[in-house]
Amino acid sequence: MNRTRALIKKITWSIFTILFVIVLNFFLFRVLPGDPARAGIRDPRLKKEAVEMLRVRFGLDKQVINCFESLNPIKVGSCTVNPLDTQFFIYARNLLQGELGISYHTNRPVADVLAERLWNTVLLIGAGQILSIIIGVVFGVFAAWKARTSIDYVAVITSLMAWSLPTFWLAIILLFWGSNNGLPLAGKASPGSSALPLLQQWVDIARHMILPTLTYTIVYMGEYTLIMRSSLMDVLSEDYILTAKAKGLSTFQILKDHALKNAMLPLVTVIAINLGFTVAGAIQIEAVIFLARAGQRDF
Amino acid sequence: MPGRPTVEKDRGEAQINPTKRTVLEVQNLSINYISEGKPPARAVENVSFTLKEGELIGLVGESGCGKTTLMLSLLRLLPSAGQIVDGKVFFNGKDLTTISEKELNKIRWKEISIVFQGAMNALNPVRTVGDQIAEAITKHMPDFPKDKIQGRVIELLDLVGIAADHKEHYPHQYSGGMRQRAMIAMALACNPQVIIADEPTTALDVMIQAQILELLDNLRKKLGLAIVFVTHDLGVVAEICDKVLVMYGGVTAEYADVDTIYNSARHPYTQELLKAFPDLTKPKKKLSSIPGYPPRLDALPDGCRFAPRCPVAIARCHTEQPMLHKLGDMHIASCHLVEASK
Ligand SMILES: Nc1ncnc2c1ncn2[C@@H]1O[C@H](COP(=O)(O)OP(=O)(O)OP(=O)(O)O)[C@@H](O)[C@H]1O
Ligand SMILES: [Mg+2]
Repeated sequence: MNRTRALIKKITWSIFTILFVIVLNFFLFRVLPGDPARAGIRDPRLKKEAVEMLRVRFGLDKQVINCFESLNPIKVGSCTVNPLDTQFFIYARNLLQGELGISYHTNRPVADVLAERLWNTVLLIGAGQILSIIIGVVFGVFAAWKARTSIDYVAVITSLMAWSLPTFWLAIILLFWGSNNGLPLAGKASPGSSALPLLQQWVDIARHMILPTLTYTIVYMGEYTLIMRSSLMDVLSEDYILTAKAKGLSTFQILKDHALKNAMLPLVTVIAINLGFTVAGAIQIEAVIFLARAGQRDF
Repeated sequence: MPGRPTVEKDRGEAQINPTKRTVLEVQNLSINYISEGKPPARAVENVSFTLKEGELIGLVGESGCGKTTLMLSLLRLLPSAGQIVDGKVFFNGKDLTTISEKELNKIRWKEISIVFQGAMNALNPVRTVGDQIAEAITKHMPDFPKDKIQGRVIELLDLVGIAADHKEHYPHQYSGGMRQRAMIAMALACNPQVIIADEPTTALDVMIQAQILELLDNLRKKLGLAIVFVTHDLGVVAEICDKVLVMYGGVTAEYADVDTIYNSARHPYTQELLKAFPDLTKPKKKLSSIPGYPPRLDALPDGCRFAPRCPVAIARCHTEQPMLHKLGDMHIASCHLVEASK
């Protein structure tokens, strides 16, 4: 009852957030100077008609939004367009239909580009996150449970080191290690591996994933261990843990039924933030680099 | 016997009755708090008492005299700094200070439950109160029929005056007094033989307090529940306790049945404590307080721990620790003057 209400509230909020992001992302690209049609095709010899065709192809010939142009003192436009025939409306309608449009940049459907990149990112981040969460939680729990013993010190020092290592340096070290052990150093799969049977293809992909996943895992493992440890230590000093002990629960039961759930809260928050950052980061970086180029062209 | 029997008679019987079984026997228990770079703080020293089934012992003494420390040590629940350095705690013949953790876990809550002082945060905030009470039952009574557990939880909450629909609520939806009562309900969940109640009624108004005291009183009469009751309220002690252990600065000042304490206390601290408490039969009498403060554990006096505040201290009190003197069948006091007057 309470839970459904909380869920509805959360969903409503996320819908609003997504709407906001959609609107923001749309106008961000329009407000910034530069013409995607020109910037995307980097050829100054392009004929005017060809550019015009591209603009039609991308729908850029339409008004951004009804009367939007008239807000722009440089381009004075009319305000009489059918609001359903504006860029924003078409964009929103397509989006609702799962149609993401065509990339200015690669001239391929955005959905395809995204799926390809997202799949790589998700595979990498997924494996890395799952591993680092498992290892981080286990190490953190041990460290907190055995606080101020040698197990704890080893866990803390290792985590601190892992966390503060520069990622690129760690990656280089791992590359050396990997090359000595015959691991593939780059790419997602060996060339020609698509001809292999499915199982061997998967093994090949997995081998390619070892190094990046390992880097990712080591970097995040340290963070998760430290957070888990401190959060669990806080929880273990709470009065209700003493109650649980007085109730005759074993250490394992206390950890499982009374401490972990409470201690996971800060960790879950950080994991969610990290996930958001890495996935969105990968996409945003693409977008920013593209935007920067688009902008440069114009000035 | 109609109505509430007069306290004296009832108590006398419980005292002398030889058929009652001893459930808890604490022998010469001493507890130190250890911190690095400092000498150990002797928080409790050489404390003994016995508890028979159906008995209610009151534990009184000023704030900081080691009551909570003593209670926690009985179930080995002290923080890691607190260590039992001497003595034994016998529960039905088993020494709780030496049995394995696993064996102790079978006794915790099932046989001896505890209501902590300040139950404000004693309940887990992310689990419903009903769930936490049910946990105690499923843990210790695996044969309890699953479909009857919820009914039992409602019954327990009802005992302490909490409506059934609060079962599904989280601790933050409870008031402070309700949490304390929920803890009492949880302490009763497995029908233990002993309940340790560390100031269980401090957050409650007088009506509820009276109700809880009556509940505990009934349970010990009906089920033979033995209770250790820590309190500052000497009125409560007079009303429901069989015997009283008066502590001062970590040591036993006086230990006797409640009549002896109220009518012929021998330790000056007990006498001062009683003077500081309003006596309704002599309303004109002036209340007095004991000047000074209890000793600090890191600066304990050489002699009697009460000597610096004692109105009748003699030279010897400042140099020599008094022994526990047996003054009767059920009367112990630690004071040099007691010995002198014997
Ligand atoms: N974890 C600890 N480490 C060191 N000293 C402690 C610790 N807990 C309690 N003490 C000390 O032990 C002494 C006894 O404390 P305790 O809590 O047992 O008193 P109490 O009689 O229950 O007091 P109150 O009536 O206020 O509850 C105090 O002097 C206190 O400072
Ligand atoms: Mg206390």
